[in-house]
Amino acid sequence: MVTIRNAGSALRLTFIAGAALSLSACAHHPKPTYPTAAPPPAARPAPPPAATPSRPEPVTQNALPGSERDFVINVGDRVYFDFDRYDVRSDAAPLLDAQSGWLKRYPAVQVRIEGNCDERGTREYNLALGARRANAVREYLVSHGVEAGRITTVSYGKEKPIDNGSGDVADQHNRNAHTAIVSGARMQ
Amino acid sequence: MLSFSKRSLLASLATLPAAALLRPTAARADIEVNVNRGDVQPLPIALPAFGGGQVGADIAGVISANLQRSGLFRPLDPASFVERDLNAAVQPRFPAWQQINAQALVNGQVTVAGAQLQVAFRLWDVFAEKQLLGLQFMSSPENWRRVAHKISDSVYERLTGEKGYFDTRVVFVAETGGRGSKTKTLAIMDQDGANPSYLTDGKAIVMTPRFSSTSQEITYMELRPEGSRIYLLNLESGRRESLGDFKGMVFAPRFSPDGGKVAFSVERAGNSDVFVMDLKNRTTARLTVDPSIDTSPSFSPDGSRIVFNSDRSGSPQLYIMGADGSNPRRITFASGRYTTPVWSPTGEFIAFTKQVGAEFHIGVMKPDGTDERILTSSYLDEGPAWAPNGRVLLFSRETSGGASRLWSVDVTGRILQPMPYPGAASDPAWSPLLN
Repeated sequence: MVTIRNAGSALRLTFIAGAALSLSACAHHPKPTYPTAAPPPAARPAPPPAATPSRPEPVTQNALPGSERDFVINVGDRVYFDFDRYDVRSDAAPLLDAQSGWLKRYPAVQVRIEGNCDERGTREYNLALGARRANAVREYLVSHGVEAGRITTVSYGKEKPIDNGSGDVADQHNRNAHTAIVSGARMQ
Repeated sequence: MLSFSKRSLLASLATLPAAALLRPTAARADIEVNVNRGDVQPLPIALPAFGGGQVGADIAGVISANLQRSGLFRPLDPASFVERDLNAAVQPRFPAWQQINAQALVNGQVTVAGAQLQVAFRLWDVFAEKQLLGLQFMSSPENWRRVAHKISDSVYERLTGEKGYFDTRVVFVAETGGRGSKTKTLAIMDQDGANPSYLTDGKAIVMTPRFSSTSQEITYMELRPEGSRIYLLNLESGRRESLGDFKGMVFAPRFSPDGGKVAFSVERAGNSDVFVMDLKNRTTARLTVDPSIDTSPSFSPDGSRIVFNSDRSGSPQLYIMGADGSNPRRITFASGRYTTPVWSPTGEFIAFTKQVGAEFHIGVMKPDGTDERILTSSYLDEGPAWAPNGRVLLFSRETSGGASRLWSVDVTGRILQPMPYPGAASDPAWSPLLN
């Protein structure tokens, strides 16, 4: 973000417009955000020609392929686990298949798998359990062709809940492994 | 809530001094407080303001609060006192204290001479009409709270036969911010909540601080996206050093009783095992080799054994092995998930967290796994930490959707109360008695 200071005014506007979208990129640990804010400036629809009263052509917007947003929105960056389990669930496999496909398409990308647990366990045990979950995802991706050297793991135990509530629903959300892009993604 | 077997009670009594066991049951014997029984009435004790002005009143106030919080004493309301002009140099008028049914009386005198604070006090057995203790402490005037804690320890020790735990500090993790964006800062305070201060800047997540039982040194774990580190922090010099870089996560550090080693967990490719590092030569030995989770090691007070947490049976349970990793043996077989074992400083008990269904409990058991006593029950209780005398436990309690707070409970489960710290906090650990 410090580069803003050196940017020209047009570029500065671009950065500001994109700021709402790239909040997650500023944080250490991007969360799955579902932006409802403005699309990237490049995709902004041009005003319809004034003279011809016809319906404008639809323009679809999408994240830039290979960007972190592309990964988060179009692939998915989080898979979920059962209580005190670390085996990859069958409903998580398609998402991890897509992750491995995306990572093979963008070989410069380095990721960190972050293992997370619900609050229904003690701190140290959960650190160990989160490490198992992160490693289970790493092994899955490696077995599907992603180079092992591109993936690191960390366990946050129960320290970083994505759902601040308590109860079964929150606990399910918080038992997850998050694939965070560390470097190598296309600028968004 | 309590389930005492006859056997556990007898075993506990055996730790009292022989004199106490042989004490005649006749009336007018020395007063005595039994720390082992869950059904005792707290001893009525009178703590009039010490002579010497405001600091004398403040010292008596701190002693009174300490003894009250122990649950073993009931400080009497000063408004009920009949003898008002106590002189610490002469014997009190016992009938005036018998009249309000004070069993014990502590009176004292504070003198400030230049840069020195001098506090003399006496402990009296009101009905036996005799002095049980007379001592004098000297320090700097700013240090008056510690003098009050030392007097509290002296009174507690004389009346219970057990070492006190009031001249101690508690290290813990102070928490601020919402659940998903907590700031966790290492903090320390006196055991009564006074003098809180921060030891880290809150930029990294810190957790599980533990005191050395031989020095003012702590070990704790710091967690960053790049991984985790275990640190040693000397509280007197402020010097901090890492145990080193490991491949994989490191967590769950705890000192050996002599302070010369740290046992901890190292994770490799998802599998956590228990290791131990000799702090003198920085050599590391692996103690468990098992594909299960092995963590939360805690030494026996003689250093010969380690209790730890493993899910090798399919669910988290407690195991004991030799300090070299030999002969791991499971000690918990009841239903429930057992974690965070901590050997008591006296060797008498192992404290633990137990999860049964939706409830979490703090409990204690004998080191062989028998005589389990569940002491607490809530949505989330975890991480017991022993007072240096092995009679009181601190732990973290979190309500559903609420913040974590520090609580204490005594080994009988009768005296359960929040710690006098106003903020959100977790992972308490008790210092040894200060020198």
